[in-house]
Amino acid sequence: MQQHTLAGLAKQLQDGQCSATELAQDYLGRIKADTTNSFISVTEEIALQQAKAADERRAAGNAGLLTGLPIAHKDIFCTEGVRTSCGSKMLDNFIAPYNATVVEKCAAEGMVMLGKTNCDEFAMGSSNENSFYGAVKNPWDAERVPGGSSGGSAAAVAAGLVPATTGTDTGGSIRQPAAFCGITGLRPTYGRVSRWGMVAYASSLDQGGPMARTAEDCALLLQAMAGFDQKDSTSAQRDVPDYSTSLNAPLSGLKIGLPKEFFNADLDGQMASVLQAAIDEYRKLGAEVKEISLTNVGLSIPAYYIIAPAEASSNLSRFDGVRYGYRCDNPKDLMDLYKRSRGEAFGEEVKRRIMVGTYALSAGYYDAYYLKAQKIRRLIQQDYIAALNDVDVIMAPVTPTPAFRIGENTNDPVAMYMEDIFTLSLNLAGLPGMSVPAGFIGHLPVGLQLIGNFFDEARLLNVAHQFQQVTDWHLRTPA
Amino acid sequence: MALQQSDVEKIAHLARLQLEESSVEGYVRNLSNILALVDQMQAVNTDNVEPLANPLDAVQRLRPDAVTEENQRDKLQANAPAQERGLFLVPKVIE
Repeated sequence: MQQHTLAGLAKQLQDGQCSATELAQDYLGRIKADTTNSFISVTEEIALQQAKAADERRAAGNAGLLTGLPIAHKDIFCTEGVRTSCGSKMLDNFIAPYNATVVEKCAAEGMVMLGKTNCDEFAMGSSNENSFYGAVKNPWDAERVPGGSSGGSAAAVAAGLVPATTGTDTGGSIRQPAAFCGITGLRPTYGRVSRWGMVAYASSLDQGGPMARTAEDCALLLQAMAGFDQKDSTSAQRDVPDYSTSLNAPLSGLKIGLPKEFFNADLDGQMASVLQAAIDEYRKLGAEVKEISLTNVGLSIPAYYIIAPAEASSNLSRFDGVRYGYRCDNPKDLMDLYKRSRGEAFGEEVKRRIMVGTYALSAGYYDAYYLKAQKIRRLIQQDYIAALNDVDVIMAPVTPTPAFRIGENTNDPVAMYMEDIFTLSLNLAGLPGMSVPAGFIGHLPVGLQLIGNFFDEARLLNVAHQFQQVTDWHLRTPA
Repeated sequence: MALQQSDVEKIAHLARLQLEESSVEGYVRNLSNILALVDQMQAVNTDNVEPLANPLDAVQRLRPDAVTEENQRDKLQANAPAQERGLFLVPKVIE
């Protein structure tokens, strides 16, 4: 199936080679024939309405760059009048009464929403296997996971079902599936993109971002998504730069840091050689590469798996079977209603994290777990701040291996958590990061992680774009 | 640290989660493994380290105390599992 970029389609629309309506119909047809289970809901009616409006806007001379381009949102962003399930039985019947700011901003640009993509339940997972709507298949190998939690968003782009999607990244949920599916994904600095209407998992870590084929497309989409939002109390009050203008800046003299804690003897040999080849490309582009140290980064798994569950246990207390969502049959009293509604509607991993969080926050344990984890979080951030005083961008693996098999890690939550070893620390620090297609191991794609300074998304996009000018990994598509 | 079955039952009660009896043993094992993983933190000296709650160390932004929301009760309540005349219905709480 032919794959297109947002930038390429934008040109086709500008040149009148196709209309937004034709584009929407073409992509809706692809989604109907999909075998990856990337979508939870397809919003055909809305798509055709928005496409018609986009064509009218273009005819009136008011079209922007993104007007008429198709998009799909991770099913964790609220969409007015459309089911917003978060991949959970709890919200299988939930029709969001309003749009998330991100959804609203994309719609204001005239983008055409094709549907809502599959994800791990409430964004908790690294394989998309924790979805009430079933696992998503990796388009490169149907027996393998697409990664998670934004697995549907990544697989849909890789399979050519939509040119770009939104995802959310609390511990790697944009970067890891982007790596597993061979696409480009960007997790912005905490506070860069509004969290309003993005159903909360761990509020001090959650951040939405773009997923697409290229860095150029991520720049276009981030431009629409980013910015201060009065409705999000942690939204950053900072101007949004023009991400597209800096894409072509040369990389000569760029200082790249490689954390010795990541590039060590434990790193898989094939993974190491793919990443080294990618880093060599940067050397050819004039970058200087040096070793750096992130002393406390090894503590990111324990710190994350306290902080995120603690915040999740608090956030998910809102699902009470009273105001919205699932309610059990014939509750005998209010306590029974709470317990059975939650017990019957949450999946295993969500229950596990709620319980870990509840335990960590319970009387007598708060200092030993939650406070301790927050102090370690400070140490991890200080390491990054020191390193980024010395280098412009840090490069790292995204994942220990390429996509693993469906069912391979499902019986052992700790083994699944170890998959996040290269991604979690960035969320704890609040920094922006990307996954960029960097090669293959066998038939499976591999991602290179780029980590930048606070609010330095423009540099990350530039660094990724320049790589994509001299490589074609991002253009490879599954058979 | 290893949890007992009674610990998991207590946590599940605090979290208002009904667990299938047959699943409790699995939770005891998995939660114990997760706590063993996070216990690595205890070996680290964090004296005089300021806890980090917000990655930008931002403080709560304030706004004038003015009503900005319009009344959307009916729309917002449309998702309620049971409601009547603008009220959420629950099993009888007060005898």
